[in-house]
Amino acid sequence: MAKPQTGAREISFGQAINEALAEEMRRDPTVFIIGEDVAEAGTPFKVLSGLVKEFGPARVIDSPISEAGIAGIGVGAAMTGMRPVVDIMFGDFLTLTMDQLVNQAAKIHYMSGGKLKVPLVLRTTLGAARRSAAQHSQSLHAWVSHIPGLKVAVPATPYDAKGLLKSSIRDDNPVVFFEDKMMYQLKGPVPQEEYTIPFGVADVKRAGNDITLVATSSMVQVALAAAEALLESGISAEVVDVRTTVPLDKQTLIESAKKTSRAIVIDEGYEGYGVTAEIASVIADGAFYYLDAPVRRIGAMDVPVPFSPVLEDQTVPTPEKVAEVARRLCGK
Amino acid sequence: MAQSKKTKSPSAARAPVHDERWLHFYRQMLKIRLFEEEVNQLYLGAKMPGLAHLYIGEEAVAVGVCEALRRDDYITSTHRGHGHCIAKGAAADKMFAELLGKEAGYCRGKGGSMHIADQDTGNLGANAIVGGSAGIATGAAMSAKMRGSDQVAICFFGDGALGQGLLYEAMNMASLWKLPVIYVCENNQYNEYTHYRETTAGEVTARAHAFGIRTEAIDGQDVKIVHAAAVNAVESARRGAGPSFLLCSTYRFHGHHVGDIDRAYYRAKAEEEEWKTRRDPIMLLAAWLQKNKMADDKALQAIEHALSTEIKSAVEFALNAKYPEANEVNQHVYA
Repeated sequence: MAKPQTGAREISFGQAINEALAEEMRRDPTVFIIGEDVAEAGTPFKVLSGLVKEFGPARVIDSPISEAGIAGIGVGAAMTGMRPVVDIMFGDFLTLTMDQLVNQAAKIHYMSGGKLKVPLVLRTTLGAARRSAAQHSQSLHAWVSHIPGLKVAVPATPYDAKGLLKSSIRDDNPVVFFEDKMMYQLKGPVPQEEYTIPFGVADVKRAGNDITLVATSSMVQVALAAAEALLESGISAEVVDVRTTVPLDKQTLIESAKKTSRAIVIDEGYEGYGVTAEIASVIADGAFYYLDAPVRRIGAMDVPVPFSPVLEDQTVPTPEKVAEVARRLCGK
Repeated sequence: MAQSKKTKSPSAARAPVHDERWLHFYRQMLKIRLFEEEVNQLYLGAKMPGLAHLYIGEEAVAVGVCEALRRDDYITSTHRGHGHCIAKGAAADKMFAELLGKEAGYCRGKGGSMHIADQDTGNLGANAIVGGSAGIATGAAMSAKMRGSDQVAICFFGDGALGQGLLYEAMNMASLWKLPVIYVCENNQYNEYTHYRETTAGEVTARAHAFGIRTEAIDGQDVKIVHAAAVNAVESARRGAGPSFLLCSTYRFHGHHVGDIDRAYYRAKAEEEEWKTRRDPIMLLAAWLQKNKMADDKALQAIEHALSTEIKSAVEFALNAKYPEANEVNQHVYA
């Protein structure tokens, strides 16, 4: 699909989400939103502002604080002709929806021998550094990426967010869609014209020759900043944005690593048993004979996210840390 | 009586059409019983893999409720779900095939006993997570309302599900938004191997009452009573008056699953005998039919004979059916 033209209008990541929902709700009367404070409040992040005005409270539904309940209602509505978009305010609250996601939504198509479908989108957030402490800062996309039957999107730009969310809503499978709350204000080019972005297609956000930086969600922005800094050390870094962890575009990652011979995987989920581990193994398997160094992983520290800014800032990958690891890998 | 709306007098209640209706109820209940007895045999004969949770003893609930529904109404079911399936209109041969993991089964052998779903009869699937379908049934009801259809959704669950929080989240929203859903609690007295009184504080009906939900506690062994209550609840849901909660007192004649043989440590033999000999829903209906001269021994025997033949041939079909091809294993993961 066409990439955004330079000179196209710029909107924020949050506006891109809002536009995607509005366009899909106009296009398809079966699409509706349900969640806590999604209507008049437009969510605490104001991402849904104005939608209730256009579509009314019957399609932008304020729910009780019942994450499991709204996830379950979403599954049932999705099985019977609707396309619900369930809003789970913080990714940390995914824990409350897990049975409905993992045992119900993900398995219903398979368990029914392909007869029933669950076209459900569950939007939620990830990302630390907002001084929100351990229960409002986690990036739990690895949890759902682990479950066959779920698709998982981790967009890094307004353009990708809009195109992927539109695809998510049109998908006949349950999709968990992660938005980094620190990116809602991030601006980027988004064309006025209609477009969608398919799942399972990674995007080379910056071409380079010496090392591949594979990243997800806001870590793509971190990788891009690191790549810029690495120029000073004479290192040309390629930044690959996976865009969807499930399905994962293994080919693009492997091809990039074959070209550069070195790779670092950057993700904001916990490093242990995390997304970085899966992607690193894909690269190690697929590009083994081309690699000049072991694939390195940089995830969030394996600690509950602390409140104190001086502590929290140590836990997440930074451009400085990525650049430092890259220099070492490149022997510079 | 359930048909009372169309019935002008007691004598009209015994009109031939009416008799046929109750005989149909009898047939459906007996079909479930014979199906389950066959499942027991398959399991004991090591012909059925996995687990089997028999519905024997609870037949009046599934039949009484499902006979109040249209084909396009929804149900969600439980791990003890064969009865709901049959009552909603599923065919025994495809059910047996599913239980044996065969390709001809309702789910191509991928679901098994605890996951039969049949879109054509509105069966959104049995669920092996206790209380796991409370959200799904409520969501189906919400969908029906949003689409402007007048379908209703039934959420079948057992007394064990009363311990699950999801049920209360769903009931709260159903009541708030007047969703056409009916929560049917089959209180068979035992959460697996533990009497529900040991796990359930307060009065069960008070829980539904607290949400402002129309609530009835009924004898789940009398199909006429179950049906009458279901008809009222369905009518109320269809006209937009919101959800109902039916607490049906019933009994699981067998163990939690087929292998649960030594049960004396959690329930007395005398208690089981009492229910089996005095509270069997099929015997109760048979006695009522005979007392009211709607059927004699011979007629009931003829029904049983026909059903036995049907069940035997359904089992034969399943035993002879082929397993799915090995390459099916990774099909249907994604739509």
